[in-house]
Amino acid sequence: MSEQLTILLVVIPLIFAPITALLKNHNISWLITLVVSIISLILSFIILFDVSDGSHVIYELGGWRPPWGIEYKIDSLNAFIALIVSGVATVTSIYAFHSVPKEIDKRSYGLFYAAFQLCLLGLLGIALTGDIFNLFVFLEISSLSSYALISMGKSRKALTASFSYLVLGTIGATFFLIGVGFLFAASGSLNIADIAARFSTFADMQLVMTGFIFIVLGLGLKAAIFPLHSWLPNAYSHAPSVVSIFLSATATKVSIYALLRVLFDLYPIDYWQSLLLPQIMLALGCVGVIYGSFRAWQQVELKRLLAFSSVAQIGYIVIGISLLNETGVTASVMHLFNHALIKATLFMGAGMILYRANTTLLSELRGFGGSMPWTFMAIVLAGLSLIGVPGTVGFVTKWYLLEAAISEGKWIVVIAIVIGSVLAVAYVWKIVEAMYFNSKRKAIIHGVNSGDINVAKAPLSLGIALWIGAAGCLYFGLYTDLPFDAAQSVAKALLTPTSAIN
Amino acid sequence: MMDYAIGHINYWLIIAVMMVGLYTLISRSNLIKKLAGLAMFQTAVILFYVSMGKVTGGTVPIMSTDYTVYSNPLPQVLMLTAIVVGVATTAVGFALVIRIKEAYDTVEEDQINIMDNQE
Repeated sequence: MSEQLTILLVVIPLIFAPITALLKNHNISWLITLVVSIISLILSFIILFDVSDGSHVIYELGGWRPPWGIEYKIDSLNAFIALIVSGVATVTSIYAFHSVPKEIDKRSYGLFYAAFQLCLLGLLGIALTGDIFNLFVFLEISSLSSYALISMGKSRKALTASFSYLVLGTIGATFFLIGVGFLFAASGSLNIADIAARFSTFADMQLVMTGFIFIVLGLGLKAAIFPLHSWLPNAYSHAPSVVSIFLSATATKVSIYALLRVLFDLYPIDYWQSLLLPQIMLALGCVGVIYGSFRAWQQVELKRLLAFSSVAQIGYIVIGISLLNETGVTASVMHLFNHALIKATLFMGAGMILYRANTTLLSELRGFGGSMPWTFMAIVLAGLSLIGVPGTVGFVTKWYLLEAAISEGKWIVVIAIVIGSVLAVAYVWKIVEAMYFNSKRKAIIHGVNSGDINVAKAPLSLGIALWIGAAGCLYFGLYTDLPFDAAQSVAKALLTPTSAIN
Repeated sequence: MMDYAIGHINYWLIIAVMMVGLYTLISRSNLIKKLAGLAMFQTAVILFYVSMGKVTGGTVPIMSTDYTVYSNPLPQVLMLTAIVVGVATTAVGFALVIRIKEAYDTVEEDQINIMDNQE
């Protein structure tokens, strides 16, 4: 039964996206998007429930037996990622109802929602597929629709940001494709499980190593791992609010997931250990954490600050992976979830500020926190999670990450994480200081007295979506069982050599 | 050595096409030329896949008792998809360039950067 559900996750958005593209009416296209997201969320829950006992759900496309046909092989990691993506999509859809009419051109409502659904479809596809070429296709579906989504931002800088993302994203995808080609030349197969099972027969070929390097570089570009992050800050800060929320919470996470699959399932762990990749990734992760946090602290614009903070958070995830012990990988997988929650909440808060004040420049937002106390509270809550204050989700991952680093005796990592956290305090404080502690001054932009009570109060749907995120930050910080158990079983599965399973 | 160089002539040519594309992409300021470079870069990968599947003396994979050596058709099938992806990317890129031209009145990247920095 549930093997049919897996393909529905991809097919439903695929059917509804073209229909939505034809619609002009905002409310109908919004409703379709919301329904599609909610259905995906329910399906992801069912699938996650099915695989939570460690079993696999297998779907063969068109009835072709793997390794010839495309196979969807769902384990707990696939289902976990699909759950993150569809969960964020649902919250974002709720948020979109009032945000999209404000920020998107009237003529392109239908197209916007269609692109949104296509992006959702691509990300879900990456999360589900067990075929490496199919993964490339889904990667490009999600990327192409996100270029279109980003370019719909209000400022013309959104266009150039989208163009440079297009160039770098395509280079990344092409590198990935070259790598897959090398691997295919060596193995004659595209099925991840099949390649992994027969890996030892062609492991000593030069092709395999070249392919590995290309694949890792390509996915690293897509995942914005420092120093390949240059497209990210512009793309996220100029995109429409809804797009910033959705992409910051899912796009890089899904690329990291693909990287996890390549590193742990496709290639044996000791293969890339001998290439010194863990050391390289560890160094890049540490530098990324410090660099991202420092650049975030320098920013004067809220959305750009959050975008640089994303670079730092990806650094934490990379550190966790490269520590290569169970606690570290658990922390990384958990941080995929936690960071999606935190960043979605923060970008929703930034979107609400943009909605009311028409700006996200911190200097223009002096004393604005008092005018919108609930939004401000949610932002502070998510900001505290970003720092890693006990009781919030950020603390949980940082705790496990520190534990993993100490057990490996990597003190330099501990220092990097502490510096990153101190800088996080500094940049979150910067937001709080600007919005709350500076003397109140009504923001006046383009002659509109935008802090005025007469100017639209942020609608309830935005607030609801924001507080779902904020409550999640708190809830999963106190009751860590659900993400922790999922992440731990994932980490155990990843670190077990594939040959042991077969 | 010579045999090695000539025997892999297709790969040398593919590398040349790829590097010309990548160089164009990096060195040109004109956005249209950048996209042309990007398209060349992608085309090189398509050529790589197709030449990879070719077996010397191999024929199309048909059921016949006359032939015993077949070329692998899978890379070509994969490249049909990759061509579609490449065309879609180029189309989105050109659409963006049109919008950039409307917004900035230029397609030169260095001028756009100057305009962006002035804001």
